Amino acid sequence: MTDAEALSTPSPIVRLRNVSKSYRRGGQIVPVLEEISFDIAEGEFLALMGPSGSGKSTLLNLIAGIDSVDNGAIMVGGVDITTLSESELAAWRGLNVGFIFQFYNLIPVLTAFENVELPLLLTRLSRKERREHVALALRIVGLDDRMDHRPGQLSGGQQQRVAIARAVVSDPTILVADEPTGDLDRKAAEEILHLMDRLNRESGKTIIMVTHDPRAAEKARTIRHLEKGFLNDVPS
Amino acid sequence: MFLLKLLVRNAFRHRLRTLLTIVGITIAILAFGLLRTVVSAWYAGVEASSASRLVTRNAISLIFSLPISYQERLRRMPGVRQVSYANWFGGVYVTEKNFFPNFAIEPRSYLALYPEFVLDPREKEDFFHDRKGAVAGRKLAARFGWKVGDSIPLRGTIYPGSWQFVLRGIYRGAEKSTDENQFFFQWEFLNETLLKTLPRRTNQVGVYILGLANPSLAAQVSREVDATFKNSLAETLTETEKAFQLSFISMTEAIVVAIQIVSFMVIAIIMAVVANTMAMTARERIGEYAVFKSLGFSWWHIAGMIFGESFFITFTGCALGVLLTFPVATAFGKELGSFFPVFQVAPMTLYLDLVAAVVIALIAGLFPAWRATTIKIADGLRRIG
Ligand SMILES: Nc1ncnc2c1ncn2[C@@H]1O[C@H](COP(=O)(O)OP(=O)(O)O)[C@@H](O)[C@H]1O
Ligand SMILES: [Mg+2]
Repeated sequence: MTDAEALSTPSPIVRLRNVSKSYRRGGQIVPVLEEISFDIAEGEFLALMGPSGSGKSTLLNLIAGIDSVDNGAIMVGGVDITTLSESELAAWRGLNVGFIFQFYNLIPVLTAFENVELPLLLTRLSRKERREHVALALRIVGLDDRMDHRPGQLSGGQQQRVAIARAVVSDPTILVADEPTGDLDRKAAEEILHLMDRLNRESGKTIIMVTHDPRAAEKARTIRHLEKGFLNDVPS
Repeated sequence: MFLLKLLVRNAFRHRLRTLLTIVGITIAILAFGLLRTVVSAWYAGVEASSASRLVTRNAISLIFSLPISYQERLRRMPGVRQVSYANWFGGVYVTEKNFFPNFAIEPRSYLALYPEFVLDPREKEDFFHDRKGAVAGRKLAARFGWKVGDSIPLRGTIYPGSWQFVLRGIYRGAEKSTDENQFFFQWEFLNETLLKTLPRRTNQVGVYILGLANPSLAAQVSREVDATFKNSLAETLTETEKAFQLSFISMTEAIVVAIQIVSFMVIAIIMAVVANTMAMTARERIGEYAVFKSLGFSWWHIAGMIFGESFFITFTGCALGVLLTFPVATAFGKELGSFFPVFQVAPMTLYLDLVAAVVIALIAGLFPAWRATTIKIADGLRRIG
């Protein structure tokens, strides 16, 4: 690798080293991930594919710091998150991870605005600054006219856009998305993928997306396949 | 601020369930307050008793009397400042249902010993000078619409016959705890009448009341009085007024204990109800709490939301219950005035209401908070999907 190449290749923002994870089910230990190692570059839009039950969600949860490894290390932005305590990890997630879930997971009693504001409540931002950030995030997802709507008053696609606004509002290091289009019709899914693509290209957001939908994976720049707990491909 | 908004909205997600729970707490706190008030009304006589008064009665039992001749000897006892006496008359006004305590007393010394019965000086003089005169408490007079100058007939039960009195005064209580439901008339009048009808029951006194120069002498004076009349025809038992009042209550102590147990059971039951509401609520929201955690909220934020909601529901119910306790207790007091001369919500009852509410809210929130804070985020999220 020449120096020029090293400069043009972005440095990895996520590094996994020998990560193993198993679950205990009825006294039996079920291995889910075995000795997984790979890097994710900054500004990457990665699709993790694989059949159902192959451990995609488990892997994503480990990277996002909402589940813990049995063995191995996960470095995100220079921090080995496997060494953090429960409350350190919570604070770390608030600063570094934006979540997009399959079922949106908005808080039903809060308006779109309030849902997007949630991550900012943990920061030192003033009320006015929070308002500006939320307004901007909702404008990016094209919902600035729906701020006062509750999730129940929005379509699935709109709810997912609010969820994306909530994920990006605090400008996290990585965005993780678990089947973000899994519950949407084709048109809404297209919009969501387009939005994620824009966030990746225009704002340079690192996105890690789990999906089993090839059409969704197409939007990503890199696709990796997970099979029975092993990565069985070379990065494309 | 945000937390408050969130937990109020959360509380009213299941409007009916929350309202029913609040109504339950309101009724429980009300019931608790009334039962506690009954208990303190029971002890009102004890509360009102003075430390500087002794009561001397027949050592065998209260239904036996003492000779009037003891009066002079009691007066000469060291430490005794003043002596009065009274007989329980047990008269009935029109029908048995109109129960109220009525006593034959020696007016001057009795009113001097009981400064808490406040009489207009002119009414007092009128009472002293009318051998058939009587005075009644303000509540009692109001109950039967008596006015000064009215003629009041009592049917005797212990002292048979029909007795006519003239109301010469209406006293009011100096303290909140003073019984304004009593009726007093002249012992002399009772004794004179008995001289004609039942001569062998004359010159007898139900109890002597001794005013002490100094409350700290109580034990010593009691001992000396009882020693003085040892081996005489009627031996005495002397005790403080408080002990005397307590000896009445001890006969009914089992009832008081039962009421106290019931009052705490009411709280235990509502605790189970609120705990159930909170458990259902938190179970439904376990996925939402996982989302909060994934966004970086810590366990104490989650616990705050759950306990906040638990406290919000409990304290709303408690506040309504406390507000209702006062008018309902007043209405009760009117109905039960003859049994409970003093029926008031004690400050202690309100403190207990508050303690009960805190305990209910804490216990109800404990298990849901423990579950929501300890469940792994990935597991919590799985519940929604
Ligand atoms: N909390 C858990 N307890 C037990 N088994 C689990 C748990 N979470 C996941 N698994 C199992 O681990 C395997 C991988 O699950 P998951 O990562 O959700 O797969 P994918 O997202 O690729 O469909 C599955 O067999 C699943 O049943
Ligand atoms: Mg999955």
